[in-house]
Amino acid sequence: MIRGVLYSLKQAFRHGFKNKGMSLASIFAITAMMLILALFFFLTVNVSFLTENIKDQFGTIEVFLKDETTKEQAANMITSIKEMQGVENAEYITKEQAMEEFKTRWGSNAYLLDGLADNPLPNSIRITLSELESGDFIATTAASLPGVEDVRFYREEVGKVIKVSNTIQKGALIVIIFLVVVSLVVVSNTIKLTVMARQDEIQNMRYVGATNWFIRGPMFLEGIIIGCISAAISIVLSSVIYTRLCETLGEQAFQLFSASLVDPQFLIKNIIWIFFALGIGIGACGSIVSMRRYLNRKGETV
Amino acid sequence: MIDFKNVTKVYADTVALKNATLHIDQGDFVFVVGPTGSGKSTFIKLISKLIEPDEGEVYVEGKPLSKMSNRDVAFLRRDIGMVFQDFKLLDNKTVFDNVAFAMEVVRCSRRTIDRQVPQMLSVMGIEDKANNYPSELSAGEQQRVAIARAIINNPRIFIADEPTGNLDSDTAWEIMQLLELINKRGTTVVMVTHAKDIVKRMQKRVISIDEGTIIRDSRGGDYGFDD
Repeated sequence: MIRGVLYSLKQAFRHGFKNKGMSLASIFAITAMMLILALFFFLTVNVSFLTENIKDQFGTIEVFLKDETTKEQAANMITSIKEMQGVENAEYITKEQAMEEFKTRWGSNAYLLDGLADNPLPNSIRITLSELESGDFIATTAASLPGVEDVRFYREEVGKVIKVSNTIQKGALIVIIFLVVVSLVVVSNTIKLTVMARQDEIQNMRYVGATNWFIRGPMFLEGIIIGCISAAISIVLSSVIYTRLCETLGEQAFQLFSASLVDPQFLIKNIIWIFFALGIGIGACGSIVSMRRYLNRKGETV
Repeated sequence: MIDFKNVTKVYADTVALKNATLHIDQGDFVFVVGPTGSGKSTFIKLISKLIEPDEGEVYVEGKPLSKMSNRDVAFLRRDIGMVFQDFKLLDNKTVFDNVAFAMEVVRCSRRTIDRQVPQMLSVMGIEDKANNYPSELSAGEQQRVAIARAIINNPRIFIADEPTGNLDSDTAWEIMQLLELINKRGTTVVMVTHAKDIVKRMQKRVISIDEGTIIRDSRGGDYGFDD
């Protein structure tokens, strides 16, 4: 068994090196595919992270209270709001807390708020929704409560963001599937050329009693090696690109979306496993697809 | 050892073998003769399951080939050495590697390969050609390499498809002496040939095929055809 695997590995490297032009072309093509794939992966993860962030930030109802509304009245309102269906939580936010949050959101521009003589923000009740659909009813009911000045609920805006995010994610998924299929075709063609180049050898192997796996093993491993090398190169390149992107655009992204880009360390750690699995999968499947055409018929020669 | 039971093989519209039934014993030496396109090569390809019959059954050592899995077929072929008129050697491998290749396929250790290949090349009289490539050898030497490769794993059956077809008469006779030697070791030899003189001289069993039909099965070197 071990001798068989070692033999196959040795042959795989030998043939890969012998056809180095084709092997390099395949590695180059698959690396390019994986790199594009990585960028779409980063985009998808960031969009979904951003959507969740927006849902957290704006998927809430802000009930602004009149200045004369007392804390006791607000507590009673919270009790009745919490009884409504679709409410996950309701909490009292003082005008001072609201100002602090405002400053945090403004980041480095927060000093501008220091110039205000009085805090213009009202006390409020923040309602966190368990289901966005109930939001309209809850907002209308809350607005009719005595002591309420105004109600802010960005249902439409949040809905639009979710819709755009879903569209981007679906689009990215289609592109990713397309790239995986193209990569499969590239590996499959490389192995097909290997089979063609080794036709005499394979025929001889058959004559002297080689099993299908003895013939398939080296080609199977050749595909996997190509996939792994491509995965390794694209992991390094995409990590460098994403880290640079975070360094360059991180600040602007925060100001624009009130959320930072997903931590490069976290993404890279995940992409290593995903890409190696993908590389091995593409290499193995590409080889199998190609070999099946030549070796799937019972006992027949190549 | 080898049994054909009502075997028929058809290629497109041509009947290559028609309702063939015969038995070959272990240790037998059989010539298969007949005109070009008579079905001789089909006959030996069926034994090693390089092709499958359309009707009937081929048995080797009592086992029906149609029931064999791919893996079983691979193991069957380890028991069958094959040589061809065009030698089918690998041009990019040395003589040593061409023979060693057959041992690698059956997963022999490097030590065994390094010990047995030179011995086999010596038996074939080409020990000094171990590091040469096939293109550097004469036709006779190439056929010796092909035979060495075919018998290195001690097969019980040896199949030769016109092994002397590309050789001059002296070299052809030398090759026949080697086949006789292989047969004397107990290996069943089935050889397709057009060489009337060799068949007559060897005085072995002769199966004559014409238009896919076995028309004669006799002993004593009777070629049975004018050409």
